[in-house]
Amino acid sequence: MSVAPQVTPQVASVQELSARLEATGYVGDTSLATTAWLALAMQRPLLLEGEPGTGKTSLAESIAASLELPLVRLQCYEGIDATQALYDWDFPRQILHLRALEATGEKAASAQAAEEGLYDERFLLARPVLAALQQAPAVLLVDEVDRADDEFEAFLLEVLSTYQVTIPELGTIKAAVPPVVILTSNRTRDLHDALKRRCLYHWIDHPGLEREVAIVRSRAPEVSETLARQVVEVVQGLRQGGGLLKPPGVAETLDWARALQMLGTTDLDLEVAAQTVGALVKYREDTDRVQMALDRMLAA
Amino acid sequence: MSTPHPEAPLLDADGLPLEVRHPGDEVLLAFTRAVRASGVPVTSDRSHGFLLAASLLDAGDREGVRLAGRATLCAGPDDLERHDEVFDAWFDPRGELPRQRDRAASNAPQVSQLPEKEPEAGEGSASDDDVIRAAASEVEILRHRDVATLEPLERARLEAMFASLPCRVPRRRTARHRAWHRGQVDASRTLRESLRRMGEPGRIAWRRRSSRPRRVVLLLDVSGSMSGYADALLRLAHRYVGATPPGASYGVEAFTVGTRLTRITRALASHRDPKKAIEAAGEVVPDWSGGTRLGESLQAFTDRWGAAGLARGAVVVICSDGWERGEVDVLEEQVARLSRYAHRVVWVNPHRGKAGYEPVQRGVQAVLPHVDDFLAGHSLATYAELVEVVARA
Repeated sequence: MSVAPQVTPQVASVQELSARLEATGYVGDTSLATTAWLALAMQRPLLLEGEPGTGKTSLAESIAASLELPLVRLQCYEGIDATQALYDWDFPRQILHLRALEATGEKAASAQAAEEGLYDERFLLARPVLAALQQAPAVLLVDEVDRADDEFEAFLLEVLSTYQVTIPELGTIKAAVPPVVILTSNRTRDLHDALKRRCLYHWIDHPGLEREVAIVRSRAPEVSETLARQVVEVVQGLRQGGGLLKPPGVAETLDWARALQMLGTTDLDLEVAAQTVGALVKYREDTDRVQMALDRMLAA
Repeated sequence: MSTPHPEAPLLDADGLPLEVRHPGDEVLLAFTRAVRASGVPVTSDRSHGFLLAASLLDAGDREGVRLAGRATLCAGPDDLERHDEVFDAWFDPRGELPRQRDRAASNAPQVSQLPEKEPEAGEGSASDDDVIRAAASEVEILRHRDVATLEPLERARLEAMFASLPCRVPRRRTARHRAWHRGQVDASRTLRESLRRMGEPGRIAWRRRSSRPRRVVLLLDVSGSMSGYADALLRLAHRYVGATPPGASYGVEAFTVGTRLTRITRALASHRDPKKAIEAAGEVVPDWSGGTRLGESLQAFTDRWGAAGLARGAVVVICSDGWERGEVDVLEEQVARLSRYAHRVVWVNPHRGKAGYEPVQRGVQAVLPHVDDFLAGHSLATYAELVEVVARA
């Protein structure tokens, strides 16, 4: 670890962060940029919630890119524990090390040295949280934290409040600079208040028409302006019309726009829309409804 | 709560007139109190974070203060709505001073919206009941009485009996392994143990799949046709919500469905005393004894909560008479969808236990093919049966 603490790239204002995010191709609104900036300025974790496919994960990627920091991602799942999030010892390599010592015929006197040699940093597998602390300044993305067990949340709370990890055999590893921490949740369950209290909160909604067009244009520049607008209008109509089991997110809009572009479409028509609807909705019931809605929307 | 008051001078604790113009910090701090009073759980460290965020964003900027409040004081979409309401009421858009508010009105206790359920005097107590009364103990009779037709005194006794219902949560196997004295070989632990002996082989460690509580989701119909049973169902829900630690990933969740979907888990978990908890739930539910749009409410549940994971592998208990005003195909589709997410769907219909009941309501007929258990739910005895079915699921 470097001794001289590197300073997290200072972002002077909300406008600057907003401009930087835009430069990486992320189109967000002011409230999102403001909350993200606050999280940076106050050095607090940012908790993002919202419907799937509204760009929670990609915001973390964009923040990392805009600050030119490495992104360390921790995908949560049920049953995740400290050895998968923090660190683990590389047992096979430790054994290999012992066997190698045996084979080279080391003296018995060095047994203690050999044992101590086992708990060396080279046998330490740095899992995401430790990696983020070691690489700090970095962006740590804790994705879908609601999938993890509540015990894991308590553990996360501990790391997020001190930004340090204690390894009994090695000592304490502390981040030179607290990493930028972003947590995302799909709200499958309520997170503990203790964890939420530490974080700044932001709810990401589906974007409006103009912003979604801008997102498509920025993420898929090969798609023409007219096609992008048509696609977004249809998708927004579907979202508002309701009745879909799983309304398409922005990710699906992008998929659909790219699919249409690949088929050489310049103007959305019923036939090609019907063929590619599988990029937009993933339920059979929805497919039927979208077909009907397309008939209505494109005929008008 | 210090409500800043621009005109008439307020007196502080020592009887001295308070400054009329409050410093900015005080106005902001008082705002956090107002947000808390509206039901958002604002703690003092959250208030502190809010002051810091507002100062970073320039406290004179109305939009900045609003965003700071949303980011620091809120913890969910419901909180955001409440926060914005309080914000608009607190900060007048034309100036920075809070709008004048009527102290007495804002401090007046909220009247519970729970429906009065004094039953119409004994219209349902048929003569059959009198015959049984001679033979069985009073408690036993009470267990089998329809809760909608009880008299106030009987009701009070039955409410006490709810505490005896063994509301256990079912369990499921998890992906995680635990050490055990037999089962599968736990390779990594065996290896780690042998490493401790410098690579010498030793005892073999075993492991097995552990089990965890399975989630239970209660969907309670509070429309007009169910009003006689709402209180009993809420008591049952309160027992269930209290059976698991709050906020746990396997916690019991309770919602009311009627014309709209309302999550009442928090309200029910807020008090140990069932009466207070039910009053708290009454304050968050806007559609007591309203109409029924069961299909749409269920859809709202599955869209917003169920599909996201709340219903996955869960035991979903729907307490409703299936009385649907709208078209039943929405209802049928939504129950079918829910049954695909859920481990088990239990439908509780208060009318089912009554003599001569046939599932003739179109709503009930439509959903029966997608329901795993169809139970009665009009008396304590039937609730005991429900509790048993849930515990075994």
